[in-house]
Amino acid sequence: MMQVLIRFLVGGVVVSAFAVIGDLLKPKSFAGLFGAAPSVALATLALTIISDGPAYAAIEAHSMMAGCIAFFIYVSIVSWIMMRYKVKALWVTICAIPLWFAVAFGLWLIR
Amino acid sequence: MLIKINPSALKQTKWHEYLVRFAFGGLITAAAGIIARKFGPEVGGLFLAFPAIFPASATLIETHETEKKQKKGLKGTVRGRNAASVDAAGSALGSVGLFMFAVIVLHFIGGHNLWLVLAGAMLGWLAVSVLTWMIRKRVL
Repeated sequence: MMQVLIRFLVGGVVVSAFAVIGDLLKPKSFAGLFGAAPSVALATLALTIISDGPAYAAIEAHSMMAGCIAFFIYVSIVSWIMMRYKVKALWVTICAIPLWFAVAFGLWLIR
Repeated sequence: MLIKINPSALKQTKWHEYLVRFAFGGLITAAAGIIARKFGPEVGGLFLAFPAIFPASATLIETHETEKKQKKGLKGTVRGRNAASVDAAGSALGSVGLFMFAVIVLHFIGGHNLWLVLAGAMLGWLAVSVLTWMIRKRVL
């Protein structure tokens, strides 16, 4: 339970820090780079290596590559839909989440 | 195009918006750990690139840009959605850097100092992301 709490706090701080950096930057396309910052990965991998060792973290990093491809497809589709159809950001970003799951787990299954 | 730092953008963000991003970031980090424990690191690793705070960030950008236009007496809806779309396109470029981050961690984590590897992976992410952004700016 304590480890979950530590992960929550560290993750919250790291993710918020990258989000604030993104808020500060202009133009928007450049600030968007920070929307794909490795904030969750940084917090998770640091804590994982300390608790479970580098071999465990390497397996996570390997799977993360599939997650990255899924993230790329997810944000590209979200961007295109918002630009083309001017749909509310919250709707598109939430409704497209299953796409991330489909691509990430699809790649993981065929690896 | 020049990259600028705009400190006044921080004033636009309300305290509960910071709180939402903190909570989502914390939740997904904790969840990634729990999922890895329950289903193994292969599945847990996928969630290291989960778009945890992306919906909240995109909504925030849309709201702020719309509000800016509304202060000038305009509707601002289209402007807000375009801004969120441009930000998402930037995130797509950033995800190329995110892939590089994973590659660096995967190849150097064994037998090297943890903090050096993570710092190197961060630099790799930043360098690849910025380079991809610059190439896209030059091409389009």
